Amino acid sequence: MNVHATPSQTVGPFFSHALPWPGGPLVVGEDAPGAVWLRGTVTDGAAEPVPDALVETWQADAGGRLSGSGFRGFGRCPTAVDGTWAIRTVKPGTVGADEAPHIAVSVFARGLLNRVVTRIYFADEPERNAADPALVRVDPQRRATLVAEPAPDGYRFDIRLQGEGETVFFDV
Amino acid sequence: MSELYPDESAQPPLAWPAYRSTRLRAPSRPLTVMPHSRTELTGPVLGDGRVGELDHDLTRQHAGEPLGERIVVHGRLLDGDGRPVPHSLVEVWQANSAGRYPHDGDQHPAPHDPNFTGVGRCLTDADGHYRFVTVKPGAYPWRNHDNAWRPAHIHFSLFGRAFTQRLITQMYFPGDPLFYQDPIYNSVPEGARERMVSAFDLSETVPEWALAYRFDLVLGGAGAVFEDTSVFEEDE
Ligand SMILES: [Fe+2]
Repeated sequence: MNVHATPSQTVGPFFSHALPWPGGPLVVGEDAPGAVWLRGTVTDGAAEPVPDALVETWQADAGGRLSGSGFRGFGRCPTAVDGTWAIRTVKPGTVGADEAPHIAVSVFARGLLNRVVTRIYFADEPERNAADPALVRVDPQRRATLVAEPAPDGYRFDIRLQGEGETVFFDV
Repeated sequence: MSELYPDESAQPPLAWPAYRSTRLRAPSRPLTVMPHSRTELTGPVLGDGRVGELDHDLTRQHAGEPLGERIVVHGRLLDGDGRPVPHSLVEVWQANSAGRYPHDGDQHPAPHDPNFTGVGRCLTDADGHYRFVTVKPGAYPWRNHDNAWRPAHIHFSLFGRAFTQRLITQMYFPGDPLFYQDPIYNSVPEGARERMVSAFDLSETVPEWALAYRFDLVLGGAGAVFEDTSVFEEDE
């Protein structure tokens, strides 16, 4: 590093007319093969829903390819008044030989001076999850906070910013 | 100081009680260090599809011109090695010249401006340069503490080339008398706060038309490392 990074500041409360767009949550089209909904709720340290967060996702396509090949890979969804968000996507393929399928997540909100970063893993990949080089660094008691559970139309992944069941956040 | 700011990156801590909204939202556990995989070292390429013809000019998005002091805001997007980040999406949003956002949650009793939405987008050029035309945003009150006011600011959102470089920040104006009482500005360690303050730029003013401010942005993260690898080229 020879120049100094610009500090982060909060996204603030008033971004909903600026950052979200209708296609933002659709990483893939509604009818894309293998498309699933990835849904969750963002809650705070009082277990109350966070109605003004922005959830962004970044991932490989089903073949493990990151960007290129026409796959956007990026999803953006603001939380609703009840703290819920949803991204339409496909389960990613493998990007590294020993890695489990995963999706990188950024959460921005009023009250977060910097984004918090986490990863979504998948409950139907227990063996690969057990060997994943990032997941093995996580306290075993807290690993479940990074694992999306199957749901009727895809997967469920809740994000708890603080307190009981706090989601594991990564230093990237 | 070093306890409050454990890393040397000059980023604000997540837990900063003077900014009240952090109290129930900042994670209480330490962050987990992770080995980067290709997922973190690549990032979305959000190009022309996200940028409309007039998105860079916030004064021309409605039938009439917005009220306020017309300004040019420009600068360069750089990586941590000082290299320009070309063709990268820059998103901005701001209050109008009276300090009001067109947002239901903004209850500040200042006038809305029907000719100003306060949202802009552009791509950096081949040299990492970006340029917006807008009006100077007003300061606005908020309820963080008694008689609290945010210094005038423009929100910036940057992607760079990699997930590690993703940045949302705020650009301030030089000499703002409100800095001293703003916990958001002051959450950044002394010595790094100035990096968020634009500079008056006479060279980019447009005579008899607009003043100008320069704001260069430097992205952190390890993404630039990937640039020289075949993997990144393949992804382009
Ligand atoms: Fe603001």
